[in-house]
Amino acid sequence: MKRKVAQALKTRKVLLSDGAWGTALQAHGLKGGQCGEMWCMIRRHEILAIARSYIDAGSDIILTNSFGANSIKLAHYDLADRAEKINRAAAEISREAAGDDHIVLGSVGPTGKIILMGDVTADDLYEAFAEQVTGLEKGGADGILIETMSAIDEATIAVRAAKENTVLEVACTFTFERAGYGGFHSIMGHTIADYVDAMRDVSCDIIGTNCGNGIDEMTEIVREMRAIEPDLPIIAQPNAGKPEIVGGEVVYKETPEIMAAKTPELIEAGANIIGGCCGTTPEHIRAMSGVILTI
Amino acid sequence: MEEILTQIALCIERGKINLESPYPPDMKGQPGADELTKQAIEQEIAPGKILSDALVPGMQVVGEKFAKGEVYIPDLLMSAKAMNASMEHLKPFFESGEVKTRGVFIIGTVQGDLHDIGKNLVGMVVKGGGWEVIDLGVDVSTEKFIGALDQNPGAAVGLSALLTTTMPNMENIVKSIKEKYPDTKVIIGGAPINESYAEKIGADAYYPDPQGAVNFLNSTV
Repeated sequence: MKRKVAQALKTRKVLLSDGAWGTALQAHGLKGGQCGEMWCMIRRHEILAIARSYIDAGSDIILTNSFGANSIKLAHYDLADRAEKINRAAAEISREAAGDDHIVLGSVGPTGKIILMGDVTADDLYEAFAEQVTGLEKGGADGILIETMSAIDEATIAVRAAKENTVLEVACTFTFERAGYGGFHSIMGHTIADYVDAMRDVSCDIIGTNCGNGIDEMTEIVREMRAIEPDLPIIAQPNAGKPEIVGGEVVYKETPEIMAAKTPELIEAGANIIGGCCGTTPEHIRAMSGVILTI
Repeated sequence: MEEILTQIALCIERGKINLESPYPPDMKGQPGADELTKQAIEQEIAPGKILSDALVPGMQVVGEKFAKGEVYIPDLLMSAKAMNASMEHLKPFFESGEVKTRGVFIIGTVQGDLHDIGKNLVGMVVKGGGWEVIDLGVDVSTEKFIGALDQNPGAAVGLSALLTTTMPNMENIVKSIKEKYPDTKVIIGGAPINESYAEKIGADAYYPDPQGAVNFLNSTV
């Protein structure tokens, strides 16, 4: 089994991941209703430029432009049969930007389907994830990052598919939100403790949280997660705050300076790998890099 | 209220579909919404009363708990499944016209957006509120919404979007609907949406949860 992240964490207290891809794609002109992952095939140079922008900003780890590249989601664009190829291309592009000195984690997002709803089976999900991670491994990914998950059934199926079909290190992160009583839950009702238990059961190598929250809430979530799980590496990828609509435009209000100033607290809470999700840019990563280098 | 109607309401609130369903664990082995609704009809309780005094209040309790963050998506889904099991028995009475819905609600995820979880949840809860729900699916164009309104004059409309990039499409759809049918009530929802956005694009309402949509719709009839 490849263990590039675990090895890197032997000599480094904290690793820096990358920032948002979706936000970058939108800045390059991606419109709603278009398949951003398909850009790996048709607008390769722009995807490579995004990957490079994070390497240049100081990321030790970059992801791949494959978040929604599972056959279930790709079917909406009549691209289901291209799933493996798109994932392979996504990993190849990030590999090219990362070279041998940086780590590439293949991004795997949710399918958007709920097993309980009855419109997809556990086997359907397993097959879709197995195909996706196989493509990512073939394209040269060092590990798999299953992210933005909210359902334990889907997340554990994805981890199993990655473990059973590749030799890669596997991370799986959940999105939590503050529930009525003040604690954190995923939208499917799982607590942080439920999530950590489930990840241990499927021997996930790296746990953590991404999206849905700015860095303050993320720090709270990581602190709770670390109290439950003392050993596994934790990755935290906060949004640049919660999206707000100003004059019809979506804005994320946490600037690179704000996120950098709060980075030490996130690390102190127990995060080993930090980066950004929606609304974060290479500038955010560069600012966080400056902080990490002093730790 | 008849005891059996209270029981049906509880089955819907707790997501107890039928006798065989193992969920929720503390109601295992008990009859569910399916059997009890059939019984209620056999006892000649008016189907309209079953709808208004069992299905609607059952779904309302879980809808309100969801809005408060006390229960989550799976709870709402199980409740909707139990409600659908009851609805199956009421179907013939809807078809014969003996039971009337409160109105028609047309819902869809706007053009360019393929996310359907939020849209489906709203559809289920509105249906549980006693409305006929016409689900146009995802990636729905202005023409499709207008077409559905042509066929269902007086219907209310719900628009869903998860992506920040598809929000502008929502604005276009609202404008087109209001141009052709100025009296149509249009509700919008989705993660990036808020009340001020609803106001800006001329929608009648925004709610962060399905029950808010039901309460608004009920207030319009």
